[in-house]
Amino acid sequence: METELVLELPNDLRQIEHAVEYVMQRCAACQTHGRKLRLNFRVSLTEALSNAMLYGNERDPGKRVRVEVIVGEREIKARVTDEGSGFDPRQIPDPTTPGNLEKSGGRGLFLMRELMDEVHFNERGNQVTLILRLEPEGSDRRSDRKKGGGGAKA
Amino acid sequence: MGFQVEKQGEVTVVDVEGQLIVGNRQELKQKVLEQLESGDRKFVIDFSNTGYIDSSGLGVLVSLSKKIREQGGELRLANLNEDLRTLFELTKLDTLFKIADSRQEAMAGM
Repeated sequence: METELVLELPNDLRQIEHAVEYVMQRCAACQTHGRKLRLNFRVSLTEALSNAMLYGNERDPGKRVRVEVIVGEREIKARVTDEGSGFDPRQIPDPTTPGNLEKSGGRGLFLMRELMDEVHFNERGNQVTLILRLEPEGSDRRSDRKKGGGGAKA
Repeated sequence: MGFQVEKQGEVTVVDVEGQLIVGNRQELKQKVLEQLESGDRKFVIDFSNTGYIDSSGLGVLVSLSKKIREQGGELRLANLNEDLRTLFELTKLDTLFKIADSRQEAMAGM
């Protein structure tokens, strides 16, 4: 059985923590996948919301961010849409290279790609879809930093 | 949720309670920079009571570490839980910081 959540958030960074907490609580049925939710999904959703508010909507308090989350038996899918003009995710450099390691920004998209099984952007670049597959109970592997190897797409 | 600053000898220790995320990173930055401007040079940030850190939180730690080093000081981190360590490892920031298992270990030799 699927659970679907839809949130419309004001473009206010202070809302991120509350929104993520709300989604996490509604995902209580997935407690068997504790770490995947606590670390992989929570961090990735936070990053998606931060990017949407800071860069997509450019901190404009008049804009909004839409969050759609579908929790199924086998995967969690979150779609975050801002009202900005979009960006090209291919232009974001790897923050782990020596030249970028000491930069203060640029890790959000990287973390999403590392922590989720799939990351997709729409053509305009103002909507990101995050997919995290849920393994059957007891079969979590690699202590769930990321599962399945590869799969992350921009 | 907040940041508690205390002096232990020459070392300024900052406790991060709750989260270090985009919504409160500036508060941490301001508190540490105030101490740096007042002459403190040895810093330990203790994550014993921290739930999670997002990329903005990681970014502010990188920025603070750089500023402290530019003043001849050092910033060390202590008590990262398994999730937080994973984030540092993924982003390779574990190579940039001295990360200790305890506050005492972090303060040793500073």
